[in-house]
Amino acid sequence: MKGILKGALMALTLAGGAAQVAQAEQFDDGLAPQYYNALKDKKVVFLPLAMSFDLPQVWAQGMQTQADRLGYELSIRDPNWSSDVGAQALTTLISEKPDLMVVHNPDMQVYARLLARAQKAGIKVIQINLKSVATTDAYVGVNWYEVGVHQANMAIAACAPDAGGSGKIAIMQGTPTNPNNAITMSAIEDVLAEHPEIEVVSSQSADWDATKAHSVASTVIKQNPDLCGYIGLWEVMDAGVSAAIREADKVGEIKLFTNGGGQKPACDSLANGAFTGYVSYDAFGQARDLTNAIAQVMQSDLKPGEAPYALYTPIRDLTKDTMRDDSCWTMDDVAKAPF
Amino acid sequence: MTETAARKATGPAWPRLGLTQETIVFFIAIAFFAVFAVTLPGFMASDNLLSLLQNVSVLGILGVAMGIVVIGRGIDLAMVATMAMSTAWTISLMNAGTDAVSAVLLGLGFAAVIGIVMGILIAYVEIPAIFATLAMSTVIYGFGRLALVDLDVIYVPEDADWLRAISGSVSGVPLPVIWFGLVALLAYAFLRFTRRGRYIYAMGDNYEAARITGIPVRPMTVLQYLLSSVIAFGAGIITASLLATVNIRVAQSTMVYDVILVVVLGGIGLSGGKGGVRNVIVGTVLIGILLNGMTIMDLSFTLQNLVKGAVLLVAIIVDSFVNPRDEQTAQQGDI
Repeated sequence: MKGILKGALMALTLAGGAAQVAQAEQFDDGLAPQYYNALKDKKVVFLPLAMSFDLPQVWAQGMQTQADRLGYELSIRDPNWSSDVGAQALTTLISEKPDLMVVHNPDMQVYARLLARAQKAGIKVIQINLKSVATTDAYVGVNWYEVGVHQANMAIAACAPDAGGSGKIAIMQGTPTNPNNAITMSAIEDVLAEHPEIEVVSSQSADWDATKAHSVASTVIKQNPDLCGYIGLWEVMDAGVSAAIREADKVGEIKLFTNGGGQKPACDSLANGAFTGYVSYDAFGQARDLTNAIAQVMQSDLKPGEAPYALYTPIRDLTKDTMRDDSCWTMDDVAKAPF
Repeated sequence: MTETAARKATGPAWPRLGLTQETIVFFIAIAFFAVFAVTLPGFMASDNLLSLLQNVSVLGILGVAMGIVVIGRGIDLAMVATMAMSTAWTISLMNAGTDAVSAVLLGLGFAAVIGIVMGILIAYVEIPAIFATLAMSTVIYGFGRLALVDLDVIYVPEDADWLRAISGSVSGVPLPVIWFGLVALLAYAFLRFTRRGRYIYAMGDNYEAARITGIPVRPMTVLQYLLSSVIAFGAGIITASLLATVNIRVAQSTMVYDVILVVVLGGIGLSGGKGGVRNVIVGTVLIGILLNGMTIMDLSFTLQNLVKGAVLLVAIIVDSFVNPRDEQTAQQGDI
């Protein structure tokens, strides 16, 4: 009995101690209290395209780490690739009134009016990786035009006749109507317009599907024995292109340039020659940009949407030679990183 | 009876040429083939023809599986979901360190269980196949995402050389083509020469009559879906081997309609009891020729879809003129 009492007493003391730590006053340097109070007990909701691929998982992991540190509540609404379900979730959220929404747009139009409504209703909104036509408090993410420019330049550098290439390249698109596809393509076309020595022998769509990409690429490669380069618009789909190149026994001969968020398999593919060039928009870095934007937007006393700003992701070109051990990340790196 | 009266009795005044949809599609395929061979440089190269076949091999294998089900007057809308989730599970087990044999057996077992459950739902609970398999495809995808794999894209482990070898080539012929040939041959033998194969035709032709005759229609239905699920797993492994990745988003794509297109285009009526493996091959080859030709011509995505749709429509229209439906040819349960 005595032992139990003693134990209970100790537990109480410990609990009291813990509470005291939590309640400890921040050292007031003029900003710290404002920073910590801005997010304490706030509600942040993340609306991704789907939670089943690397990018949203990285961003969510970053936000969760930050939420644990700063004491806000993060909830995730997963529409699993359906923009209808996403729009419904947004509508519900507008009446639930969270303090901040982080929205991953499926295209530029579909959420635009809802985002404007959310801002009117007093909800702050950050958009990530694809900006809607509606401008909100912040945009964090890649500038798809820049990605296209980088990919096209890499292909030109490798395949231009004066660099020893045949000048013939092919392009593997995703779904032409998707805005990231359309914007990247317009960049590629703009760059190629200044390079008449480069001939595009094929520009086909594979609907982001590696199987279709494989079928198309295997045909294109056989049709154009002197093909020098392939530009693909997404690493996952381009696994199909790289399989077709491997099958034709032309690894290294046909150079594949793709883009993605810079997870480990991308660097593996560069190392084993499946990809020649890779434009990385570093999703790990985006997670840090995103959590910083959250802190920034929440500290501001302005009305939602009053002073919008953007953080375009610095992108980098990776090749086998420029790649370093830390050029790609794993989910484990993200989970252990501070945010 | 005068000549006109005789004509009235047999329906429209179109000559009966003895053409089936299969032959019509076959001629369409030959026509496209001839046009492409003349107009597209490089189309006739043996390399290109092999890759043409390889590109539709997986579609063809799924078509054979769907054919078996459709001949028995069923339909398997869950086939692509089964393929994606069972393969994805196998590959992610391998990534987690499970040895290859157990991983493959578990994936195969998962596919088999799905087939048996669907068969039981359709044969014993008597839910129409179209609803049972539609619902099951959502269940399979949801369960798979919840319990088996948490990523859309799963990469095949670097050291799985045996898996890569499945899609290699033997003296220039891509293995997927050979797998397609093998599956087609086995299915042909099954449908043609085994008692169970003949039962499937009987069930498709007239389910009630087959039942009264004493054919074990319920276990046979379960067998059909078991077969289609297991074949789907095989098609999934070939895809994974070819691409070195598995993408489970295919489960929610329109791929299953492409499979149905191949089956219907070849002339296996959705009302069952008609057609065979040859029809699937004809349908698959036509799609292969079209896709290959349009890729060489560098046609846009939208235009390609339009052409595919138009060809199907033409085949059906020609079929309905040449083989008009009347009281004798129409069946109960026609869609």
